[in-house]
Amino acid sequence: MLKDITLGQFYPVDSFVHRLDPRIKIILTFAFIVGVFLGGTLWAYIPVIAFIYLAAKAAHLPIKMLLKGLKPLRFILIFTFVLNLFFSGGDTVLVKLWFIVISKEGLMTAIRFSARLVFLVTGASLLTLTTSPVVLTDGLERLLSPLRKIGFPAHELAMMMTIALRFIPTLLEEADKIMKAQMARGADFESGNIMQRAKAMIPLLVPLFVSAFRRAGDLAMAMEARCYHGGEGRTRMRVLKITKNDWIAVAVVAAMIVLTSLL
Amino acid sequence: MPIVIENMSHVYQPGSPFKADALTDISLTIEDGELLALIGHTGSGKSTLAQHLNGLLQPTSGRVLVNGQDINEKGTNRRALRQQVGLLFQYAEYQLFEETVYKDIAFGPKNQGLTGDELDRRVREAFALVHLPEDCLEKSPFELSGGQMRRVALAGVLAMKPSVLVLDEPIAGLDPRGREELMQIIDELHDKGVTIVLISHNMDDVARMATKVAVLDKGCLAMHGTPREVFSRGDELEKMGLDVPQTVQLCRQLRRGGMDVPDCLTDEELAQAIVSALKGGKADA
Amino acid sequence: MDEFILEASHVSYAYEEEGAAAVKDVSLSFRTGEMTAILGHNGSGKSTLAKLLNGLYIPTEGKVTVCGMDTADENHTWDIRRNAGMVFQNPDNQLVASIVRDDVAFGLENTGVPAGEMPARIEEALTQVGMLPFIDRGPHTLSGGQKQRIAIAGILAMLPRALILDESTAMLDPRGRREVFDTVERLNREKGITVIWITHFMEEAARCHRAVVMHEGQVAMDGTPQEVFSRVEELRRIRLDVPPMANLACLLREKGVNVPHHVMDVEGMAREVLKCRS
Repeated sequence: MLKDITLGQFYPVDSFVHRLDPRIKIILTFAFIVGVFLGGTLWAYIPVIAFIYLAAKAAHLPIKMLLKGLKPLRFILIFTFVLNLFFSGGDTVLVKLWFIVISKEGLMTAIRFSARLVFLVTGASLLTLTTSPVVLTDGLERLLSPLRKIGFPAHELAMMMTIALRFIPTLLEEADKIMKAQMARGADFESGNIMQRAKAMIPLLVPLFVSAFRRAGDLAMAMEARCYHGGEGRTRMRVLKITKNDWIAVAVVAAMIVLTSLL
Repeated sequence: MPIVIENMSHVYQPGSPFKADALTDISLTIEDGELLALIGHTGSGKSTLAQHLNGLLQPTSGRVLVNGQDINEKGTNRRALRQQVGLLFQYAEYQLFEETVYKDIAFGPKNQGLTGDELDRRVREAFALVHLPEDCLEKSPFELSGGQMRRVALAGVLAMKPSVLVLDEPIAGLDPRGREELMQIIDELHDKGVTIVLISHNMDDVARMATKVAVLDKGCLAMHGTPREVFSRGDELEKMGLDVPQTVQLCRQLRRGGMDVPDCLTDEELAQAIVSALKGGKADA
Repeated sequence: MDEFILEASHVSYAYEEEGAAAVKDVSLSFRTGEMTAILGHNGSGKSTLAKLLNGLYIPTEGKVTVCGMDTADENHTWDIRRNAGMVFQNPDNQLVASIVRDDVAFGLENTGVPAGEMPARIEEALTQVGMLPFIDRGPHTLSGGQKQRIAIAGILAMLPRALILDESTAMLDPRGRREVFDTVERLNREKGITVIWITHFMEEAARCHRAVVMHEGQVAMDGTPQEVFSRVEELRRIRLDVPPMANLACLLREKGVNVPHHVMDVEGMAREVLKCRS
């Protein structure tokens, strides 16, 4: 049951977008989000939609994959839309039903806010669908490494992400196993009120924590045996190089932002 | 309380692209008092089969009957029926969670609704079966050695008084002394009349202890019979990537060398057979 | 090349100050190219010994040298660990990265190997353990035996001279155990890598050049596997297993069948028994 949770959503194909430098992709994703917020009118979203479509094509991503990322957000989307629709206020009344008033301005705000939310998530999905978690971690570490000078633990953070990515499937599997073992001893995880259910989790959580600590101890020993001693003097397997393609991507995103802010 | 498995199949994630046949059309009867060894490759479906015996997994088709009653049928007392079958998972020491060994063993019977003296009696009885030093009862399970922790986990299952005990690789990862102690306990439980299903990779143990052997191969029941019957089909077992006990291997090689010895399952039996074969040979000469 | 690659002389180690010693006054030397099995119960000190041999632990008393370097000398710590690589018991708890390629690279990155050299060394190491086709897979999709071979590749990429395997087959099924043992044995035979093989499985020990039995923190027996396994009574007294054939040989001798002490496998036993016929 717990095994069904898949982590990350990397879509493993080879494409122009997949091959871009992760650092550039991270920066461009942020730039894209800022760009979306610069757009004031609905016209401004045309270049944004065009860009998303273009990027998905260039990444060999089925549009369906991109939209799937929105599914968990559907309630928030509807909520945002409805809230803005009814409560923005405005002079040009479109519909008036008893106490419900929908104005033109309200409708515009509702569309604008929902659209921004959709673009934001789609932009982030574009990044995670085309960049494997390992490469993403690498990119983040190197983007943040200049901050090491002011004491920011860029390497340590990246190492934590690496280990977390590695151990999440292992721990999920283990949780599944412990749950079954306790169910075989008559444990009931599914009935009762919230307090009873929380209490029923103890036989799952205690062994899971004990095991996680044991694994952490083992792993620390194994890492030391493999000569790990922090980020100092460490080389990296992946060489990140900014190529012509990266500049093309930068140009495209820049064009999108300019168009959006002008329209 | 025999267990009857009728045309049971299990499909993982049916209807999805990850659909996989885990078990295919298994029919098998486990008689009272039997020690059934379940052998087969990793991924052959042994653990999946084991989890069907107490309703942790439900068959996609087919039935599991305990004492003639379907354990997955609505309306019957499923919970009580399923608890007739105790299941000790692989590396069971990792399921311990209570402050003391006593409380951990009490977890199962408590879930069955026992309290007071009866609960106390159950815990102490189960504890006595696994031969741990008396002072362990009040210790934290996490202070014990790995082998001892596993025996506490076994006591936790035994405290529910199952009439059938399913053990999924109970000796995996233990040292020789730990293995010996645990096999001894299993032997004693079997002598006391508990029906045992033992999943094992150790063919020498299987040859020595089992009354019946079932062989799973790619989710199908490939063989079922006495150890002697099953191990006499050594070539087929080897084709499935399974070992044959060393004693049986030796018997086969001796016969190939022209010596007349039957398939033997224990060292003592084999030594005796070799001695008589040698004597017979000399008498002939 | 120095004859003894790993040497422990009068080594004692206690986990806590004032605490009981886990290893007591152990002196052992391991010859370059030798494959040694270390046997003993949990708590016999064999895992502690393993961790002393690559500087994960520093002896409380006595001295351990690896390729002539003292493990107590902090200047050599990384050289020592690179030369005496270690593989642990739990296949899940020693892989760091979620992709095989990155995991094998881990040690190389730690020791500052230039990025340009890495791909060739990673591929070579994976080839040696027969796992090259899995280079882009995630460890959680592999079997236990395959994970252990990835762990071995991670060590091999650092070009070690010795491999220490601490019960690396204990959690594997028979096929995985064979995969891992055969891989290590071949590395020993073909590449001359010195191997310390810590195990509970007597049939694995029977295939090594040398067997050392640890008991209560000390060396109880040391010799060829034949010598060690012929001491059936002593092994039983410390409740260690005896390979099934050695046990059978013992029974046969009691019954007056004269099979020699050194038989340990089925083939040898068949040969000897058939010889008795004439």
